[in-house]
Amino acid sequence: MNDVHTLVGAYAVDAVDDVERAAFERHLLDCQTCRLELASLREAAVLLAAVEQVEPPVRLREQVLAGIGSIRPLPPRVVPEEEVEVAPERRRFRPVALVAAAAAVIALGVGTPVAWEQLTDDTSQAPTVSAGDQVLAADDAEEYTQSVNGTEVTVVRSRSLNRAVLLAPDMPAPPAGKVYELWLDQGDGMVPAGVMTGEEETVLFEGEGDPGTAVGAAITVEPAPDGSQAPTTPALLSFTFKKA
Amino acid sequence: MDHLRAVPSGAPSEEGAPGASGLADLLKRSSRGDGDAFARFYDSTSARAFGLAVRVVRDRAQAEEVAQEAFLEVWRTASRFDSGRGSAIGWLLTIVHRKAVDRVRSAEAASRRDTNYEHDNNAVAHDATAEAAEAAMEARRVRSALGELTSVQREALELAYFGGYTHTEVARMLDLPVGTAKTRIRDGLIRMRDALGVTTS
Repeated sequence: MNDVHTLVGAYAVDAVDDVERAAFERHLLDCQTCRLELASLREAAVLLAAVEQVEPPVRLREQVLAGIGSIRPLPPRVVPEEEVEVAPERRRFRPVALVAAAAAVIALGVGTPVAWEQLTDDTSQAPTVSAGDQVLAADDAEEYTQSVNGTEVTVVRSRSLNRAVLLAPDMPAPPAGKVYELWLDQGDGMVPAGVMTGEEETVLFEGEGDPGTAVGAAITVEPAPDGSQAPTTPALLSFTFKKA
Repeated sequence: MDHLRAVPSGAPSEEGAPGASGLADLLKRSSRGDGDAFARFYDSTSARAFGLAVRVVRDRAQAEEVAQEAFLEVWRTASRFDSGRGSAIGWLLTIVHRKAVDRVRSAEAASRRDTNYEHDNNAVAHDATAEAAEAAMEARRVRSALGELTSVQREALELAYFGGYTHTEVARMLDLPVGTAKTRIRDGLIRMRDALGVTTS
């Protein structure tokens, strides 16, 4: 009865919590049946909205059309020959050589069947200092500092570079068997952004999230060595990014 | 007619409403940076996007923010929309819905929704569409499909979709065993899908 299949309806209408969402998204990777059912149920779900038309104020139009002027549309995803499925929406554009540290990255279609991609399964890939330095040197670098038990942690991000870096020179070692895990709050849920052991002074946010558009970031304590797909403990620290 | 879609194109406009494939085409052009195409996409869909946002978050100022975020995301990710896999309006509204639900959940701490549980925005929503004949027809179709649902399915589905509650919360609100609400939500969606002849593929 706890079959994860049965979450498809709740998932289609966003009636799941973060833990269920992560579990179901993992399930979708392997379940073509659920991917197809999800697509059709989402199409049905949006029909519920058909009875709810409300003319927005004119200023919304103005704001939206002004807003797009400063946003570069993502390029189409270029897929290898036979891979027909294109993963829309959740996979984000990664600038240059940013290597995802996340193991399996779930790409979720919105209103469409889900396709997914596997990024490099290489959690040992250390974030390069130079990328971090670029963020710190960026013209639009934004800095956010929080402290926990006297330890200061700073997140610096650059929208233009679409990167964020965490500075934690004094971070104590995590409890045995645990790591610190970084998260990006994309506004629609926490996305894993890499793990750290407390020894690093500088850590780049990595993974599927999009630092440039994230609304915040957080650090939790998660099982070593790879952390979790969704936060399982309350945030040790959380940062709220200022809006564009 | 090469493909029938249950999901319609959005409100008609004076210059002629783009059809379902028209909206997809506008997205395609938007992905190339065509702001005029995006403006037309906005004009054809904004009442639906905003209506959904208002219905879920209730507060109009916040609904505006939700709709704005959603449209900007559509602009940014237009190249990732695949018309072979779903309708453009479905894609948009799924984005709006997710953002709206996130908004109400994150606002929960501030207990915004504690007081008035009634859907006080409904009347406004329905009146605003009254003159759009096509929209009204579509709404009728959907209402009739909703009529196909059992009352318990409908109740669970509406709490989830418009209320932004999780299925666990819905179960508690309706005094159901955990697991029953998610089944009702799924069954309700399946029934709507079948009643409306939704096709994807």
